[in-house]
This record gives sequence, C-alpha cells and structure tokens, in this order.
Amino acid sequence: MRTIFYLIRKEFIQIFRNKFISKAIFAVPIVQMLILVPAVTFELKNVKLAIIDKDMTSESRGLINMLAGSTFFKVSFSTFSEEEANNLLHRNKCSMILQIPSGFGKDIGNGKQGKLLATIDAVNASSAELTWAYFNGVVRDYNMDLIKKNITSGSFFPLPRIEITNRYWYNELLNYKYYMLPGILVILVTAIGFLLAGLNMVREKEIGTIEQINVTPVRKYHFIIAKMVPFLLIGLTDLALGLVIGKVAFNIPFEGSVLLMFFGSSIFLIAVLGLALFISTYSGTQQQYMFVAFFCMIIFILMSGIFTPYESMPMWAQDFNLINPVAYLMRINRMIMLKGSTISDISRELYSLVVLAILFTTLAVRRYRKTV
Amino acid sequence: MKRFLGFVKKEFLHIFRDYRTLFILFGIPVAQILIFGFAVSNDIRNAGVAILDLSHDEITLKLTDKIISSGFFKKTETLLNYKDIDRVFKKGKTKAVIIFENDFGKKLISEGKASLSIIADGSEPNTATLVTNYTTAIVNDFTTELAGPVLNNSIRISPDVKMFYNPNLKSHFMFVPGVVTLILILISALMTSVTITREKEFGTMEVLLVSPLRPIQIILGKVMPYFILSFINVLLILALSWLVFDLPVKGSLILLLAECMLYILMSLSLGILISTVSGNMQQAIFISLIGLMLPTVLLSGFIFPIENMPKIYDYVSSILPPRYFIVIIKNIMIKGTGLMYIWKETLILIIMTLVFIGLSVRKFKIRLE
Repeated sequence: MRTIFYLIRKEFIQIFRNKFISKAIFAVPIVQMLILVPAVTFELKNVKLAIIDKDMTSESRGLINMLAGSTFFKVSFSTFSEEEANNLLHRNKCSMILQIPSGFGKDIGNGKQGKLLATIDAVNASSAELTWAYFNGVVRDYNMDLIKKNITSGSFFPLPRIEITNRYWYNELLNYKYYMLPGILVILVTAIGFLLAGLNMVREKEIGTIEQINVTPVRKYHFIIAKMVPFLLIGLTDLALGLVIGKVAFNIPFEGSVLLMFFGSSIFLIAVLGLALFISTYSGTQQQYMFVAFFCMIIFILMSGIFTPYESMPMWAQDFNLINPVAYLMRINRMIMLKGSTISDISRELYSLVVLAILFTTLAVRRYRKTV
Repeated sequence: MKRFLGFVKKEFLHIFRDYRTLFILFGIPVAQILIFGFAVSNDIRNAGVAILDLSHDEITLKLTDKIISSGFFKKTETLLNYKDIDRVFKKGKTKAVIIFENDFGKKLISEGKASLSIIADGSEPNTATLVTNYTTAIVNDFTTELAGPVLNNSIRISPDVKMFYNPNLKSHFMFVPGVVTLILILISALMTSVTITREKEFGTMEVLLVSPLRPIQIILGKVMPYFILSFINVLLILALSWLVFDLPVKGSLILLLAECMLYILMSLSLGILISTVSGNMQQAIFISLIGLMLPTVLLSGFIFPIENMPKIYDYVSSILPPRYFIVIIKNIMIKGTGLMYIWKETLILIIMTLVFIGLSVRKFKIRLE
C-alpha cells in the first residue's frame, strides 16, 4: 500500500512539474465549456428568404406578411429576377427562395388551387427539411384563414378534429445547453484522461525511465494503479469544475444525485484509463500512441450518441456500443443530470461499465511486461 | 538541393518505418466517413414511445396502430396512469408518451373534437422536436382520412418544393466536406507539431541545427512528407465519397485540389507555430488535439450551422480557419461554383498561412537556451 502511495506521489509531482500541462488540464475544459456550450444548437431561426412576387395582389402580400411575421423566417430580399435570387442562394445570402407566380391571387379568388414554388438550399438536409415543414405550417395557417373567410356560417359543418397539445418534460423550452453541457463534459473528461494517461506511460518508455521502475520490486499492478489514480482524480476535478460552470454560468438544473454521477464517472474513468494503459503497452513512441488514441476517441465519441439519437443507429452500431464506455457515460450523465434518474434506472449502464473497467484494467496489467 | 532531398528522404523513412501510425493516418478518415455514412444520423428510427390510453376504444387503438406502424416509433410500454410517465422517462428508453383523453372516440364522433397530448422527453431536444412533429403529422393524416372529401376541397394552396443542390436530402452533402476539413487540420497540425517538438525534446534538433542544412530547409523537410500524406488523404476521402456515396465533385476538381493544398499548407504552418511554442510533445499534442478538436467540430459549421448560433459566435468562429475552408469546399463540391464565389475565403486562408509562417519564423530558435 505504501508503495502505491509513493508512486502516486511521484506521478503527481511529474504531472505538475510541467507548467503548461498542469494549468491546461484545468483551464482548457473551463474555457471550452464556456465558449462551446452556448454555441451549439440545432434550433433554426431567422431563415433568410428571398421572395419573387410576380403576383403583387393582396393575397400574395398577405402570405408574405404572414411569413415575415413568424419568428422562423426573415424576409431578406425581394426581387423579380430568378437569376438574382439563384445568385443569392449560391452566395449563401439566403436559404430559401419563394416564387409566387402571377395569377396566384386570382386563382384563390376563383376557388382554384394557388401554386407556389419554394426552392430550398438543401446542402444541410436536416435544416432543409425543417424549413420546408415550417413553411408548410405557415401556408396551412394561411389556408385556414382563407377558409374561415370564405365559408359562411350556414354552410359550415364541423369536421372531426383531434386537438394536439404537447409538452416537453425536463426541459420545457428545449434549451440545447441542457443537452450539450453533459455531452461536452464527457468528451473533455475522456480526452484528458485517455490521452494524458497513455502518453505519460509511453513517455516513460520512450525516454527510458520505465527501466528504472522495472528493476525495483514494484509490482505490475502497483505501477498501473499509480498511473491511473492521478488521472482519475484530475478527471473527477474537471467533472466537478464543469458541473459548477453549468450551474453558475448556464443555470442548468441538476435533478439527480451528484454522488451517483461521480460514482458512475469514476467507473467510467477507470475503464477509459485501463484501455489507455492497455493501448500504451503496444506503442513505442508517444506519436504512435497519440494516433491510436485519436482514432479510438473519434470512433467512441461519434458513436456515443452525443449529437445524434442513439436508437436511430443500425443494429451493428448499437452492438459496437456495448464496448464503448463513452456511450454509457453519455446516457448516464444526461439521465442523472436532467431527469434525476436513480441507480436502479441506470443499473444496466453501470454494470456494463464495471465489466469494461475490470476487463480493460486486467488487460493492461497483464500486457505490461517488466522484462524487456 | 541534394542535401535537402536526402533530408526529406530520411523523414519519409521515419514515417514509413512506423507502419502502425501510417495505417491509422489513413484509417481515421475512412472510419469517419463510414461512421457518418452508415452509423449515425439525425433521423428518427425506432424511437421509443409509450401509450397512455385512458379511453381504449376502437379509434384510439386504430390511431395507436397507425403511429406505431409508421416505422419511426417502437412501442415501449402501455401505461395505466399519469404517475407512470416519470418512471418510464427516467429509464431512458422512452422518448415520448402519447396520451388519449377519456372517451376519446366517443367525443370525436359526437362532438367532433377530441384531445390528445404528446409529452416528449426534452432532455434530448432534437429527438423531442422530431418525435412531436412526426406524431403530429401522423395524427393530422388520420384526421384527414376520417374527414374524407370534405377537407380535401378546402385546400386552396399547394406549395411545390425544389430541394436545391441536394434533391434527395442526403446527409452526405454535409459530412463529407466536414470530415475533410476536420481531418486535414487535425492531422497536419498534429503531425508537424509533434515531429518537430520530438526533435527538440530528444535533443536531436541540435544535431540538425549544426548540420549544413539551413533552419528553413529543416522545417521544409519535416513538413514536406506530411504535405504529401495529407494530400493523399484528400484524394482518398474524395474517392471514397464518390464510390460509396455517389457524391462527385460538381465544380472544378483542379480548383478543389488547389484549395485543399492551400488549406493543408495553412494547417502545417499552424503546426509549426504550435511546435515553436511547446516545449515537449505532450504539450504539442494537448494543444493540437484537445485544443483544436472540439472547436473545429463545433464552431466551424461542420455539424451546427453558424447562422443558428448567438451573434457573438460569428466573431468567435472567424478566427478559426476551418470555418472558411468548409465554405470553400461546400461551394466547389456541392454547389459547383467557381473562384468568383470563394475568393474572399481563399484570401483569408492565404493571409492566415502567412501570419502563421511569419510568427513561427520569429519564434523559431536556432540557438540553445
């Protein structure tokens, strides 16, 4: 036990001797959280419209006013030339062109169908879909207004109607910060733990100091534990800092148990550090390790469901995620923080993380050779 | 010149000797493209919904069936009372609960009006919005079917849509340019900064500096192989997106490759700059990986459009080179526009490259400290 304690002390001294790293491991997460969390949102607003109104009747103007009045659209340009409108689309000055052909007002007046043509910049497919859906919503409202105006009360008979009300629980206003903060926090903790722990180990190999440890009676697991503990503590400190920022700067609620979150994160960190040390036994140079780590991290993070719904992934991807610790913590953190899930709700994720932690750490200890 | 070529050859040998790194260098973009192409998407598929049916009549059963069989949803549970809602949400599998009021069918037929509520799990805002929208659309469809011809006559306006640049709404149009942007800057900056700091850390930089090679030749020699490797990476990604996703380059390929070279050059000079400010490899890796990765992914417009962010991010992101390159590559690849539309972004990248090189030259030390 004393050996481990001394080794851990040595690691801490080594880490904090490097002036840059010792500051960066705390400063970088803070700065990135403060800058990145408010930035990311899928919410679309002020979609820029260019309008070609060839009709110029009160009907077409009524529709334009209705579009301009919605918070979703912003009428930025009004032109008569299609070429100019297309040019605006090319230049990214607008994201949608609405053409109202001449005769639109007359057709509506005569009870015929009025035609409209929308051209949407669809490079970003999901934004385009959303824009189209909102546009249809506005047109539907406009349509309803027309019907109300035209149908006299006598000929009106009730259509069956299902009234839909909807609510969003846990995040009434669909604030994206609630969603992103736990996610970005997981990434930062992963990146720092995974990268630094492994680099630290390989560095000892690369500059040869590992030999000096190898000739001492230090046991294999002593050494591995001593390499893990400092980064575990640093990771948890970063987590705490991130949560404080969430509370103080962004006022993000914390519904569940803080203790449970730290418990889950500790198991997660043990798994990740175990994997990092396991990989490091295969790498001879820091450069090599860094690339393998980078590769793993990118795959883990992209597959974890940070930006995209987990359930939409194909089966093979969900199977892969059984060994992806980041995917478990992503769910655990969001569930505890936003929904107040309890230990029984997340038991499956916790068990899986425990299994991964034991697996990776055992592999790391077994693969580490004291002999050359 | 011969000396220089010899030096470049030495650097190449260093790289090729480490086949594992080389493998990963090309493996990362391939993996990313495949993950974005086949594994992750923003669509809703099999989202869990739970039903709280207080009426339990023919119409609610029919509507439930219609919702579940739409392919977007999967029924997780049938709830019996309101108290259960919190419980199923906390378990995390259920994204929305659909509630039919008491006597739903009876009210719909006799009063012509019934109400339904959708409670979505707002802790995942994007999924919550999509699930709500899809359910609403399905319910509206259902009402239209019930109403029959009466409602159809009242539709007066029929908008047509043309999805420009991307008629089939493929998500590839978004992520292929994004992956190129991300991979090039990370790999180029990372590789250069690490390889130069490595020489510093092990003291071999001294050996190089006392050699007859001039400092500029040393740096160029170090950077040259990575320039070529990164360029091969570009070709690999473009070929992959063409073969696997059928996404060809719409504009001029030569212009695109030239812009990629400029961007690689910019990333390499950024890498050199990072190496001049870092004392050891860990520091260089920390700056170029942890410092660059998240901002590049999140603030460049790769996944999240900059227009949707708060106004201030327009300025914050303007110091990030990837932001400009993403505009350039999207314009050439997808919109097929020429230099006329992107000269501003190109100019900014050129200026950034010059600034990075200028700063590195000033900071580069050729003496012992």
